[in-house]
Amino acid sequence: MSDAPDHRPTMAAVSFGARLDWAAPWLMVPALILLGFFAIGSMSSWLTLTVSALAMGMMIFVMASGLTLVFGLMDVINFGHGAFVSVGAFVGVSTVLALGHWAGAPSLVLNLLAVGLGVLAAMLVTGVLGWIFERVIIRPVYGAHLKQILITMGGLIVVEQVIVMIWGPDEIFFARPETLKGAITFAGAALEKYRLLAVAVGLAVFVAMRLVLRRTRIGLIVRAGVENGEMVEALGYRLGMVFVGVFIAGSALAGLGGVMWGFYQEVITAGMGEDMMVLVFIVVIIGGLGSVEGAFIGALMVGLMQNYIAFLEPKAALISNIALMTAILMWRPQGMMPVVKAK
Amino acid sequence: MLSVLISGDRPRSVVLGVLLMAILIGLATAPFLFPGVRSLETAARICVFVVLVASYDLMLGYTGIVSFAHTMFFGLGAYGVALAVDGMERGFVPVVLGAVLGALAAAVLAFAIALFSLRVRAIFFAMITLAVASAVAVLVSQLSGLTGGEDGMTLRIPRELTPAFKLLNEPVLGVRFNGKLLNYYLVFSVSLVLFLVMLRVVNSPFGRVLQAIRENDFRAEAIGYRVVWYRTVATCLSAVMAALAGSLYALWLRYVGPDTVLSFEIMLDILLMTVIGGMGTMYGAAVGATLFVLAQTYLQSLMGVAAVALADVPLLPALLNPDRWLLWMGVLFILSVYFFPTGIVGRLRESVRSG
Repeated sequence: MSDAPDHRPTMAAVSFGARLDWAAPWLMVPALILLGFFAIGSMSSWLTLTVSALAMGMMIFVMASGLTLVFGLMDVINFGHGAFVSVGAFVGVSTVLALGHWAGAPSLVLNLLAVGLGVLAAMLVTGVLGWIFERVIIRPVYGAHLKQILITMGGLIVVEQVIVMIWGPDEIFFARPETLKGAITFAGAALEKYRLLAVAVGLAVFVAMRLVLRRTRIGLIVRAGVENGEMVEALGYRLGMVFVGVFIAGSALAGLGGVMWGFYQEVITAGMGEDMMVLVFIVVIIGGLGSVEGAFIGALMVGLMQNYIAFLEPKAALISNIALMTAILMWRPQGMMPVVKAK
Repeated sequence: MLSVLISGDRPRSVVLGVLLMAILIGLATAPFLFPGVRSLETAARICVFVVLVASYDLMLGYTGIVSFAHTMFFGLGAYGVALAVDGMERGFVPVVLGAVLGALAAAVLAFAIALFSLRVRAIFFAMITLAVASAVAVLVSQLSGLTGGEDGMTLRIPRELTPAFKLLNEPVLGVRFNGKLLNYYLVFSVSLVLFLVMLRVVNSPFGRVLQAIRENDFRAEAIGYRVVWYRTVATCLSAVMAALAGSLYALWLRYVGPDTVLSFEIMLDILLMTVIGGMGTMYGAAVGATLFVLAQTYLQSLMGVAAVALADVPLLPALLNPDRWLLWMGVLFILSVYFFPTGIVGRLRESVRSG
């Protein structure tokens, strides 16, 4: 008979790498920017590309944030999220076009007013649409992933076709408001004004979301609900109501993202939401399903990769996102910042 | 004998049995029963889509995995044949070689995707397939030097399968015995064989395990089946079948292009056919594909006629416009997932059980 193993505790310091582990995702974005700088070599093109990449990333984040939160909270995966993007873009752009004399005037105040009204209209419509969507489409299929995917996909088709019915099947081209056209020159690099605005708006949305989630009571309930919904309900909160609120907010954000994307591209089509969904899904998967911070980092990375690679090797840009996703999933199979479920 | 052929999976409903026999006989005798170019095209399309939808059902209905990349596998088979025919001499060798290589590529790709997504969470699979499929679709339309881009490629298929090849000089029963007819029967018989193979698979012990995973993957794992492995094999098998269906379709159309084999609309069609026919039964695929293709071919033109006829009535013409086809399909899709999750076949079988 052998002796029992000797239980001598060993004291090992946590390695530097392990202590850095939580920060690793956050470091990815600066690392990627730095890598891009050395790969591109030219200061001015690097600056232009980085700004447009960040703008793109921010817009994708605005669209993705609602989706990831909805999933984290209620385990609902909404394939129809792209419909809100399309609807937001069409409503917002139509509003701005209807306010043509404001948007065409060379006054910053009037321009911003027109765009602001457009955004407001878009968010209002997509918010209401989100509420209807949740009630009619998603409510009956809670807890059944397979049906959720199928039904929300059906919802996407129907909404898209309704857009085609109202606005016609052709793509709509338009110009941005006067003062948002053109670029400013900084350090020899041309930075488009609109992109800077998009970065600012995206950053504001992210900061606001973080503040709401971290500093307010409702944010606390949402975060607790993501981690362990049953427990929150047992404590007497009606998580269903919270969820409806989050769903509406997420839909409205998708609408905002749609307007921003529409003005970025200066063309809108009924299928744009569907196309954006691909990027949004990649972002959500990279970030870790349910994590807002993860989606933020993921969105910036996708934006950076796409812009840098399109500049360096245009043909490879088509698969750069898939390659990025593959690499991240090999590193962390759950995504960068998976939400820890206390179940 | 028949029972062995259909792997003991009886229709279990008289109406369903009659319906299936009607579909089989109708397709087998289509060139004679329904002469004309359009009806033959429809019949061939039905054959191909029965296989395609059945292979999708293997994933969706039997294993409970949602994939949006089925058109990608379908397209791999089609482009496999197209590229092989393009690069080699005219004959049957490149066709077979292309089909085999296409199926192989589909299997490898399916394996890679499954490895990445199914390991973690089945829900990842739906999203990742959507992303990969759209990337492949863009890639195909961009690499115009290889794939012909948006224009697609025209195939030089073996002469024996073209209308120029005559078997008999005189028409029999009003039907010309030419290569086109041979081509149809090639498509028909290969489709039938593939369908029966899949029927065999789902009624084997392997198929039973798949169903167990669909019902409760946690329990299946606890009993001792390696869920990830079974899901992966089912995905690969499904991809191979879809690729073979794609090869058949390319051979029949003598053309491949992004719109005919890769577009998202086809993916939606497949989803609709699977759900309408009935998830989780191979016969559902046959019924769903047949009804849907028939409706697509004939009902859509009927809608146009109705829209013109009702031009004076407000609102109705706008809703009956053939462009609204997809809208109605979407509505139908949502309604059928809600109210007929078991589809036509499930309903027919239920009515027998309760009656």
